[in-house]
Amino acid sequence: MSAVIELAAVTKAYRGGVTAVRSVDLTVAYGELVAIVGPSGSGKSTMLHLIGTLDQPTHGTVRIDGHDVATLTDRQLSELRAHRIGFVFQQFHLAPGRSAVANVADGLLYAGVRRKEREWRAEAALARVGLGDRLGHRPHQLSGGERQRVAIARAVAGDPAVLLADEPTGNLDSVSGAGVVELLRELNASGTTVLVITHDHEIADGLPRQVPMRDGQVVAS
Amino acid sequence: MTRLRVPDLVRLGGYGLRSRPLRAVLSALGIAIGIAAMTAVVGISASSRADLDRALAALGTNLLTVTPGQTMFGDEAVLPDSAVAMIRRIGPVQSATATGKVPSTAVYRTDRIPAGETGGLAVLAAQPDLLSTVGASFTHGSWVKPSYPTVVLGATAARRLGNVPAVYIDGRWWTVTGVLAPVPLAPELDSAVLVGWQAAGSYLSFDGHPTTVYTRSQDAHVSAVRSVLAPTANPSSPDEVKVSKPSDALAARRATDQTFTALLLGLGAVALLVGGIGVANTMVISVLERRAEIGLRRSLGATRGQIRTQFVTESLLLSLLGGAAGVLLGYLVTGLYATTQAWPTVVPLWALAGGVGATVAIGAIAGLYPAIRAARLAPTEALVAA
Repeated sequence: MSAVIELAAVTKAYRGGVTAVRSVDLTVAYGELVAIVGPSGSGKSTMLHLIGTLDQPTHGTVRIDGHDVATLTDRQLSELRAHRIGFVFQQFHLAPGRSAVANVADGLLYAGVRRKEREWRAEAALARVGLGDRLGHRPHQLSGGERQRVAIARAVAGDPAVLLADEPTGNLDSVSGAGVVELLRELNASGTTVLVITHDHEIADGLPRQVPMRDGQVVAS
Repeated sequence: MTRLRVPDLVRLGGYGLRSRPLRAVLSALGIAIGIAAMTAVVGISASSRADLDRALAALGTNLLTVTPGQTMFGDEAVLPDSAVAMIRRIGPVQSATATGKVPSTAVYRTDRIPAGETGGLAVLAAQPDLLSTVGASFTHGSWVKPSYPTVVLGATAARRLGNVPAVYIDGRWWTVTGVLAPVPLAPELDSAVLVGWQAAGSYLSFDGHPTTVYTRSQDAHVSAVRSVLAPTANPSSPDEVKVSKPSDALAARRATDQTFTALLLGLGAVALLVGGIGVANTMVISVLERRAEIGLRRSLGATRGQIRTQFVTESLLLSLLGGAAGVLLGYLVTGLYATTQAWPTVVPLWALAGGVGATVAIGAIAGLYPAIRAARLAPTEALVAA
């Protein structure tokens, strides 16, 4: 079993008749670095929610790390997210007024890691993203690029099987954005499976594999 | 299944409160005021009762009084002259003494005050052992010279008449030999002017009938003595005798305050309810505002149960904070009030425990609905809301 993400004939229709994703097949193997690329409205975000187990498909099966998402309870899904999936969002979603270490350590809270261990693992993760000297800084004391690095550190602190990055450079200038992409590349090089969702072809083209999407379907590149 | 540890939960609840400190303080204040009001009401009434118990212990509960009632025709009855002597013969009686009302006599500061402006003072003929029996003491001076025109003033009488060396009664000057301190068990003595038994007979045409007999008996036999007092005082018509226990009357007067206490307690409960609604409101708003945080925590692996627990914990912390402040405040108010009244400060443990318990209940109830709403939020919806 070498696929960390397996989507088979996945369709997601919302009430009101909007079909965001239409019979999509997608397989991502462990260790890959993949970009899902497409304009807004192409169904990228729905793909993120489905792969991230935050939402269930209307038809088809989603298997993450070998688990069929449809058969899992809320607890089991939460457990899967806590241990096997790391999220990075366009808006960073850092808690204001709390230090970088505290923000990263919160990512391990639901994996049942004890406090002391959460803290040193958070410090290690911050060092890994190049913020070893920003441990005590609060989000408002950090630049946009640094904030996104904190968010990435939070996502990888628990050693997830897959890192899902939703428009990770969307709120950043091009220099910071390039830095963040470089970081994702490094993380991938050291073994993490990374799935980047972006509308930016420039970023996608720099990654080893692209999955172009349009109107809820994967199109041939 | 990973579970959040209690310290992690408490810390998690604390972050939520600290991110909006003013709001947290204000909604905790609502709870604090309610709890403080209830604690203070219970505390003040308990302190008052403790003071009464202390006072009664000092005064003794073995004083009984005998007064004439009415005859079967509705006229004022009289006690026989021998009543005091008869009562003294009851075995467990330790002392018995009497005062006698001197008929239609007014007391004046000077001979120049018009007749009729009596100031509502009574002239009572008293036996010398009166003071030891009722537990009275002098603020200054000493007892009358029994057969001379001399008086001792009760506390209220002294205040009304002023600091005078002598008073004018029935066309004669009477020298003031002493002034009494207030007598809690015999408040009728406070507004009285006491004259010697013989002097009353020789100068004020006092008929010698006692109008109030005071008697102390051994503590263990007070009720037994009480049941035989009427037939002993007036063997021929015991129905015309009223027997009472002043310490009971004193306790009963304080007890009437208890309905008032219940009313205040009710008001405190209303304040607490309003405080609880404030907490619920704060939590509902907090959940609405923190949808992004909820979405993030769900993506980090929080279960619905953990989100629910987080918000209930936050609500519990909020109201506990208010409850602790309220109990403290209530205790301070009680202490302050009790000190001004010279009472001992007593706040019953059940009131403190009840205050904290009530806040826990309120926090849980107020937080439950918002927490359930937070937990029901679909993670995708929560993330999009950011």
